[in-house]
Amino acid sequence: MLNVSIYRYNPEVDAEPYMQDFEFDAQGKDLMVLDVLEKLKIQDPSLVFRRSCREGVCGSDGVNISGKNGLACITPLSEAVKGNKLVIRPLPGLPVIRDLVIDMGQFYAQYEKIQPYIINNSPVPAIERLQSPEERAKLDGLYECILCACCSTACPSFWWNPEKFIGPSGLLQAYRFLADSRDTATEERLANLDDPFSVFRCHGIMNCVQVCPKGLNPTKAIGHIRNMLIRRAT
Amino acid sequence: MGSLRKMSFDAVIVGGGGSGMRAALQLAQSGYKTAVITKVFPTRSHTVSAQGGITCAIASDDPNDQWQWHMYDTIKGSDYIGDQEAIEYMCQTGPEAIFELEHMGLPFSRTEEGRIYQRPFGGQSKDYGAGGQAARTCAAADRTGHALLHTLYQGNLKNKTVFLNEWFAVDIVKNADGAVVGVVAIDIETGETVFVESKATVFATGGAGRIYASTTNAHICTGDGVGMALRAGFPVQDIEMWQFHPTGIHGAGTLVTEGCRGEGGYLINKDGERFMERYAPNAKDLAGRDVVARSMVLEILEGRGCGPDGDHVYLKLDHLGEEMLNAKLPGILELSRTFAHADPVKEPIPVVPTCHYMMGGIPTNVDGQALTIDREGNDQVIEGFYACGEAACVSVHGANRLGGNSLLDLVVFGRASGIFIEKQLSEGITLKEATEEDIQRAMVGLNRINQSSDGENAAVLRAELQTIMQNYFGVFRRGDYMKTGIEKLDELRLRVENVYLDDKSNSFNTARLEALELQNLFETAYATAISAEGRTESRGAHAREDFQDRDDENWLCHSVYFPGSKEIGKRPVNFTLKTREPFEPKIRTY
Amino acid sequence: MMAFFARFTFTGPSNWIIQRITAIVMAAYLFFIVGFLMTNPALTYDQWSALNSLLSMRIFTLVTIAAVAFHAWIGMRCVLSDYITVRLIGPKANGLRNVLQLGLGFIILLYLVWTIKILWGL
Repeated sequence: MLNVSIYRYNPEVDAEPYMQDFEFDAQGKDLMVLDVLEKLKIQDPSLVFRRSCREGVCGSDGVNISGKNGLACITPLSEAVKGNKLVIRPLPGLPVIRDLVIDMGQFYAQYEKIQPYIINNSPVPAIERLQSPEERAKLDGLYECILCACCSTACPSFWWNPEKFIGPSGLLQAYRFLADSRDTATEERLANLDDPFSVFRCHGIMNCVQVCPKGLNPTKAIGHIRNMLIRRAT
Repeated sequence: MGSLRKMSFDAVIVGGGGSGMRAALQLAQSGYKTAVITKVFPTRSHTVSAQGGITCAIASDDPNDQWQWHMYDTIKGSDYIGDQEAIEYMCQTGPEAIFELEHMGLPFSRTEEGRIYQRPFGGQSKDYGAGGQAARTCAAADRTGHALLHTLYQGNLKNKTVFLNEWFAVDIVKNADGAVVGVVAIDIETGETVFVESKATVFATGGAGRIYASTTNAHICTGDGVGMALRAGFPVQDIEMWQFHPTGIHGAGTLVTEGCRGEGGYLINKDGERFMERYAPNAKDLAGRDVVARSMVLEILEGRGCGPDGDHVYLKLDHLGEEMLNAKLPGILELSRTFAHADPVKEPIPVVPTCHYMMGGIPTNVDGQALTIDREGNDQVIEGFYACGEAACVSVHGANRLGGNSLLDLVVFGRASGIFIEKQLSEGITLKEATEEDIQRAMVGLNRINQSSDGENAAVLRAELQTIMQNYFGVFRRGDYMKTGIEKLDELRLRVENVYLDDKSNSFNTARLEALELQNLFETAYATAISAEGRTESRGAHAREDFQDRDDENWLCHSVYFPGSKEIGKRPVNFTLKTREPFEPKIRTY
Repeated sequence: MMAFFARFTFTGPSNWIIQRITAIVMAAYLFFIVGFLMTNPALTYDQWSALNSLLSMRIFTLVTIAAVAFHAWIGMRCVLSDYITVRLIGPKANGLRNVLQLGLGFIILLYLVWTIKILWGL
């Protein structure tokens, strides 16, 4: 039997959060952590977590699994269990609504701040705007972000200054638009990021790279933005 | 029960997936007070899982490509019960809708000329079937749905659409005239129940693949729109038509795009034989999805399945080379390694036909207006009620959807609904009144769950429902089996209505949502069962062992399921084209 | 001048550049001193005094101490704004942080003056 320890907190009932232990029989299968949560929810329907696609593309079920942020649906027990124990907590650094569900408002606010859409005021052509495969390749490793918040909630700089530091996810997206050959608002975008906090609070800790379930590299993207800002300033 | 807080909008869109956000974008752009009610944050909607692409004749791969050829393919693919007027509209308007998405920033893959990359998909042809395989599916690697959904969300952010994120629509509020005046919805975080009133209510609630035990669909695909419409007494159309995608990963159910076969992959049985050459000599692995899925099941039934239990076949990709797979199908490599423990660069992926798409849904016209059918069999528009996307049946997919057409359907008809509502609002439609009684009627189901004192757990009942659907209404269907299935569903109905909610707390109570979703799943499943048993022929995805042939004399029509009488009726298929003579039904071969 | 100074020390890019340049200066000084000590294992007071009497050496030392001052000012301000924040310790954080920053600035200035005093024996 596997020992599963889950963070529980229901604001209507509990004065403070606590860890609840469950016994779970995986029947020798290398289930995903989400499968375990689903099965435990049948046993205890009051257990609350987010989930949708169950294949790692929607970004709903980011949780902290045995100390590391990840998506429950694509983290197998073989990776997550340490010494017959599985510990599941909400992503750290943001307020908990209930159990494993966090309030992601601050995370989304930072995403919205970077103007996550193409800005191009030139007349729209009758067909698509042309883009070479090389130009398009610059978006690889950027556009795939699923907004699961695993990275930003693993980032100490985001923990300390979630209102002022955009965070790895938002900055990855900021660079996705800076790097797009179809976007013409480079100067405006850089001007919005040019302060001591938005970008420069990244200290290269690289927790974001370590936890990203899609294998993306926000630190590298932040480096590109930093270089653009420095070139602009000098 | 006191009266509910009321919120009022020009238009309310229920569902934050591709079609809902496209409709919302249209309305927000023109400045109407628009809200999107979505039970998950919009980018968690199931559109995100679409992989291969969006089919449309933008003439990139082939400069001579024509939308009329795409129209022909779609009509043939639908096994001739797709409405030709709607298909014509979709294929003709498609390029404009795609270019709009590109201008909004969708990161499509590119050709050397800098145009949008297109790949071959099943059922695609040039020159009305005479010119061989076409490559018409516009792709952003194998993450097209993700790219599309995020682009639409970004477009809505830019246009300041109001999002009611993590709100769950419970039921339709219908007034004494039978008009839809809004929905009752729960704010999931606080548990507050609110009456969201609107001049136009658009259902973009997606599919219901979760009625089956084995599905490519997300947990959230629970047929909420269909369930709500049926409870409000509105009919659904062609709901027996469920697409089984040939390539779901065996065991896990996760989707492997048709694009794999488009890029040159193929299916093999346990002898290593490329068996589709026998079933579809011309199109082979790129025949219609219904044809490929049935061929796979036949291979398995005849003992040529793979694995220790012989219960799946293999999708072979390794011959395409690592570099090509990394460039064109990176997401598939990830999924296969995670869920099949197979690295497609070296070994084939175990796959099996898996429930994927609901061709049926709420009947609508091309403008997205939801329809009901009166006693004389005439279409009647339901005032204030619209539907688009998978929840709707406009019907462009008929009895079988072609790969890549769902994303096009979402965008084109989400847009069309938006444009039409925009026009109506500008002409000054008034808000219809709802009485306290009308609102309370929409609260009945929720109240029952909130007051339940005993009964069974939603998860247990859901599993039972899924097993019944899987066993009695799968790829191949038989009258006597289906009758047994319906009996089992009748027995299950009482237990579903009596579902027990133990945890009555308000804050983010997902158990309450699952109980409500169960009711929607059940309504969808029951409509499916009755319609499937009633359609005594084989057409498209609906394959019956006891009626193996297509019966154009009796069934070249839509089925319409009426929830009041629990019976099905018929509705004629639209055979009018604006630009040419309609396509007459022919025997469908690939 | 003030505008330049403000821009110079209060924007992200200039902070980042200053931290790197001052780090290089500090590293160079460290290497030089360590190197000097290693090549002169039996160092006498006269040798040490002679080295520090050179004008170039005094300028080098002064520049290095100025670099330390800038580095500490920017670095400590960053640390303070990470940890002495309203979200971590409550509403008194802003006042406390300003006091600490002011105190820090005073100490840095003091060290700078003291260095000049030592180097030029004023």
